[in-house]
Amino acid sequence: MNIRIVKDKAVKNIFLLLTVSSVLLVVLIFIGLYYKSVPILHSTSLSHLLFSSEWKPSKAQFGFAAFIAGTLWVTLIAIVIALPLSLLCAIYLSQYAPRRLTRFLNPLIDLLSGIPPVVYGVWGVLVVVPFIQEHVAPHFVEYSSGYSVLAGGVVLAIMIFPLIINILGEVFANVPKELSEASLSIGATQWQTIKYVLLKKSRPGIVAAVVLAISRAFGETIAVLMVCGNIPESPHSVFDSCYPLPALIANNYGEMMSVPLYDSALMFAALILFVIIFLFNAGSRIILNRLERRMN
Amino acid sequence: MINLAPHISVKNLNVYIGDAHILKNISIDIPDKKVTSFIGPSGCGKTTLLKTFNRLLDRQNDVRIEGQVLVDGEDLYGKDTEVTHIRKKMGLLSQRPFPLPMSIYDNIAYGPRIHGIKNKKKLNELVEHHLRSTALWDEVKDRLHSPATRLSIGQQQRLCLARGLAVEPEIILGDEPTSALDPVSTQRIEELFLQLKDKYTLVLVTHILRQARRVSDYIAFIYMGEIIEFGLTEELLLNPKEQLTKDYIKGFIS
Repeated sequence: MNIRIVKDKAVKNIFLLLTVSSVLLVVLIFIGLYYKSVPILHSTSLSHLLFSSEWKPSKAQFGFAAFIAGTLWVTLIAIVIALPLSLLCAIYLSQYAPRRLTRFLNPLIDLLSGIPPVVYGVWGVLVVVPFIQEHVAPHFVEYSSGYSVLAGGVVLAIMIFPLIINILGEVFANVPKELSEASLSIGATQWQTIKYVLLKKSRPGIVAAVVLAISRAFGETIAVLMVCGNIPESPHSVFDSCYPLPALIANNYGEMMSVPLYDSALMFAALILFVIIFLFNAGSRIILNRLERRMN
Repeated sequence: MINLAPHISVKNLNVYIGDAHILKNISIDIPDKKVTSFIGPSGCGKTTLLKTFNRLLDRQNDVRIEGQVLVDGEDLYGKDTEVTHIRKKMGLLSQRPFPLPMSIYDNIAYGPRIHGIKNKKKLNELVEHHLRSTALWDEVKDRLHSPATRLSIGQQQRLCLARGLAVEPEIILGDEPTSALDPVSTQRIEELFLQLKDKYTLVLVTHILRQARRVSDYIAFIYMGEIIEFGLTEELLLNPKEQLTKDYIKGFIS
């Protein structure tokens, strides 16, 4: 056989192997986490683990409800703040802004996504937390330390902001300009064209951007850990402290050997995080497929 | 040379994109309720000229436009000109059809709705009328609410024509509107153009000489950003005055 045909086949198979092994890694992580969680799953029922907020590791009480609630709350707040802002920002940048301005603003937004999370955390502690404590919370509750769900959500929102803008920028750029021109040529204004054509055509892309942002927000650890107070109780308002799952793992990983079952509990926390993100991605994949099918 | 009242009147138009001088001192009067075709080799500026008529050209970056384009006597490039009502006057057909991401019905109703028609009955009438006038009604009347992208490409182009007609324009601009279509669909579009010219002024860009001959009353030959010759179709094709026009028609330049 010709040597270049052999090479071609070899390359194809090597690439297949590489692809499979990277996918396999995800499976291995899941198996590893599950294996490590087995002890705690044997000692406590799954429903107790998921729905109880008793958290007393020294008494072997492990209930994750407060942590799960903390994670979901912070993520929800972050998206609620970030999505409308970044949507409007992306629309402005892609549809209205003169090129001189975008040439200056786009690198700035890229820079935002390049700042290390710990810097956002410090900024949160120095600016967001005191601001919430002194100026926002007093209008709503008697007392808040400022270390709260809201602080976590605000910091996280600013962190996912550039991510959403970048993805939406791509999404809007992929809408053929002739489609906008078709709408404009009928006498629609720019805003009508954006509302009825651009946003409609981009809907699957917007969903995808939100999904990626939420996945990112679920896992963000250090910046959130620094501003949300880390008290293992379910928050009753956005001004209460909370304790998201990634923060729990990061804070306690060093000392987990000293308490029985603690290591297994933390691995189970990681497993919950993994499963949440997996289910979330799978669910949004289904929604996306349906959206795309409806449009074509 | 042409003594009819002009509908679009271009005066000393110069267009630059970046450093390139795309259109050079163009002056032309497009006659009312006739079909005028721009012919010329690729890259000669014929599409650019068309796009100056509905102000879509200046949406691009680095475009500089000098001179005047008068539509019904109103300067498109005047300081206080409001572009949406000018664009409403001109239906646009692009090289490939771009149906809006909505149903067949909503594609036609889009324009009227944008311009304030909300009455259901009125909208239904408009949709039916314009689908009939583009010979689509019988083909789509049972699936008005299915996505427009499911139509064949020829049907899509007729839908785009109907969508443009629904806002009652005076002018129809076609930028090589049949270049993506099969011969049968092309023929249907050409037939429609011939029907429409009683009521509308049509301006077409085409690189197919036979098409220009079949549908147009007037032809302008554009070469390297300049209008070389403009005249009645038969005169220009059979008896061109300029050497460049002769060469193009014979196929020496393309």
